[in-house]
Amino acid sequence: MRPALLELLQFSLLVALAPLLTGLVRKLKARLNGRIGPGLLQPYRDLLRLLRKEVVLAPNASWLFRASPYLIFAAIWLAAAIVPTFATGLALSRTADLIALVALLGTARFALALAGMDVGTSFGGIGSSREMMIASLAEPAMLMVIFTVALLVRSTSLPHIAEYLLMHDVGIRISLLLGLLALLIVAIAENARIPVDNPATHLELTMVHEAMVLEYSGRHLALIEGAAMVKLQLYVSLVAAVFFPWGLARDFGDASAVAIGVGLYVLKLAFAGAVFALFETSIAKMRVFRLAELLGGALLLGLLAAIFLYVSQEL
Amino acid sequence: MGNGTELIDFLARGEARPQRPWPRFRLSRAQWLDLATHLTIADWALLDLWAEPGKVHAAFCQASGGAVAVASLACGEGDFPSLAALRPGALRLERAVQDLFALSATGIGDARPWLDHGLWRARDAGASPRAASDYDFLPAEGEALHQIPVGPVHAGIIEPGHFRFHCSGEAVVRLEQRLGYVHKGTMSLMQGKPVAAAARLAGRLSGDSTVAAALAFARAAEAATESAVPERAIWLRALLAELERIANHLGDIGAIANDAAFVFLQSHMTVLREMVLRAAGQCFGHRLMMDVVLPGGLARDLDGDGAVLLRALAAALRPRFAELMAIYDRKPSLLDRTVGTGIVSPELARRFAAGGFVGRASGRGFDARKAPCYPPYDRLEFTVPVLSDGDVHSRLMVRAGEVEQSLGLIEQILARLPEGAVLAPLAAGGGEGVALVEGFRGDIFAWVALASDGSVRQARLRDPSWFQWPLLEAAIEGNIVADFPLCNKSFNCSYSGHDL
Repeated sequence: MRPALLELLQFSLLVALAPLLTGLVRKLKARLNGRIGPGLLQPYRDLLRLLRKEVVLAPNASWLFRASPYLIFAAIWLAAAIVPTFATGLALSRTADLIALVALLGTARFALALAGMDVGTSFGGIGSSREMMIASLAEPAMLMVIFTVALLVRSTSLPHIAEYLLMHDVGIRISLLLGLLALLIVAIAENARIPVDNPATHLELTMVHEAMVLEYSGRHLALIEGAAMVKLQLYVSLVAAVFFPWGLARDFGDASAVAIGVGLYVLKLAFAGAVFALFETSIAKMRVFRLAELLGGALLLGLLAAIFLYVSQEL
Repeated sequence: MGNGTELIDFLARGEARPQRPWPRFRLSRAQWLDLATHLTIADWALLDLWAEPGKVHAAFCQASGGAVAVASLACGEGDFPSLAALRPGALRLERAVQDLFALSATGIGDARPWLDHGLWRARDAGASPRAASDYDFLPAEGEALHQIPVGPVHAGIIEPGHFRFHCSGEAVVRLEQRLGYVHKGTMSLMQGKPVAAAARLAGRLSGDSTVAAALAFARAAEAATESAVPERAIWLRALLAELERIANHLGDIGAIANDAAFVFLQSHMTVLREMVLRAAGQCFGHRLMMDVVLPGGLARDLDGDGAVLLRALAAALRPRFAELMAIYDRKPSLLDRTVGTGIVSPELARRFAAGGFVGRASGRGFDARKAPCYPPYDRLEFTVPVLSDGDVHSRLMVRAGEVEQSLGLIEQILARLPEGAVLAPLAAGGGEGVALVEGFRGDIFAWVALASDGSVRQARLRDPSWFQWPLLEAAIEGNIVADFPLCNKSFNCSYSGHDL
């Protein structure tokens, strides 16, 4: 298959599957709580509905407020495309590395926080300030994990990391386990999931992500919701690519390898969705100021992962 | 201390008025001022403060002994001395009296309107209606303080009320409530209506405590006319009230967990609540049991099938509820949110005479079913759970304890339910009656004055929320903004019952 075609497949897979993953998490959560819940395809319908609706803008909304949704969606989509989902040899993955990924996510978050404050409502301000607090704690933890993996593999390029871990027998590494835990905590925080944030709440005062987007409507809201869905998938893909790279296609000539890659990727997504749902059902939301402890813990895990890397190499 | 009737002895220096079952005394202005002075040393809890044209009434309950009495003052000059400095719970009541009856409370510390949002007709022809936004919220000054206005329209399906937060970062420096958005004029609607029509209005004061409010009104009307109620109706009324209590506590415990994003508990509590509502619907023809309690008895009797159904309900609820509470108890992430959050000090609960689980979670054990007590609770065995920490967790645990007690009460009532009619016509004639009934939120006070033709001359119902709303303001202070929904849900005050 031609690389351009595969690249296209990668991009479209991300957008096509992201609402399904969100729908799966919602459906499973509903079932675990004893409800029937909406169908798996409901997020697609929601996005479609939002796209069709008119945009209601506050009179004092600036260009920033209107431009942000596009910027956010583009940045997150691009960031997600860096992560190898079903194959390692994609051109974009080769050109952009993990640092670029973090930078793209940071850009999206920056735009969202600014947009949250743009209209000047108090909830937007609260959301932006909480989001920045969470980000300032989550980003260092994320970078620590990246450093650990980069030190092990001697590269920050995701395809390299995935290939290295696939081909070399690295054994059971305590560093990787600690790094995985840290990355999972970061993923929860970054995706505004319980116990950090509650994506389903109607309580304005407790919101983080939802508070920033309260003023959005119509296609703007669709883009932001879509971006959030893609972001969830991004983190699942990232965890899968670095820690569970099995089945990633390396030989593009082989159509069956690509098919296996895609199939396994979908399975990994489904598994992650189930884990998310189970975890979110079994825990209550944290007090806002407890987040520092949780994310500080993630940073510590990342740090320990890096240290153990050296200790275990010595042995 | 004393023989438990110091309150009545003190008020008896005024002129006794015919009111049943507890006395009412008309005080002179000097005696009213005396009363105000004496309140500084007396342990009399304010039950209500209300007015009729040209007159103001205040009901008290003596903490030791449970004696209840009403003091009245004719406001010749259109004003009455305020009691708010001594009984802080009176402040909003007096502000409401000023809005509704054009009487002014002299010496009141806060003369701002309360229920009146400037949207009604101006009181005097000369005055121009106040603009709705002209409300001076109490200031909070300091570096880096910011305001968060919340409501009156909220994101969830709840009643309207405005909350003004002054915050320093996430910490709440001051919360001020603005209520009155759902003022319906229920008390004036009752005037001139036949008792039966007024009872329907009483049952619509606050939908979730329709049984308790209707019962308070009915008991006051029955006291006014000295009507006897069939024994079976008395027992069935308690059955209804306990079903209502269980349904509301189940719903609220789940809602508290939901506000901490622990949806599991809410889903299952909702299922249990639904079981209660369905059983109530099957037995009494209305899921919330609205319009079942009438002055003189009940609109419907419980048949044999209904008794079997309710017995099975109690047996089914008990283990399932215990299981869910065990899950709550074993969930550190949830306990971390509820323990130590939104503390109401016992001192504040006592000063505001807060009833229900709000008072009982802060060491104030007042329960109208125990003292002053009303039938059939004098013949039933139950305990009133009282805790003293005053946090969200305590309020939740008091409610859980009440659910268990109410289940026991239902079983006792079903076992001992007497036979007979459930409705007897009210005796003819007028009179004044008062009643105090324990709803799920706390004690509901009712005062009814009937004209000689049996229609309602004046009526008054005081929802427990009047003395609980102000404590919510105190509970959130020093907590973080994000914990407000949790505190608020643990109170679950009524907007409609408060706004009347």
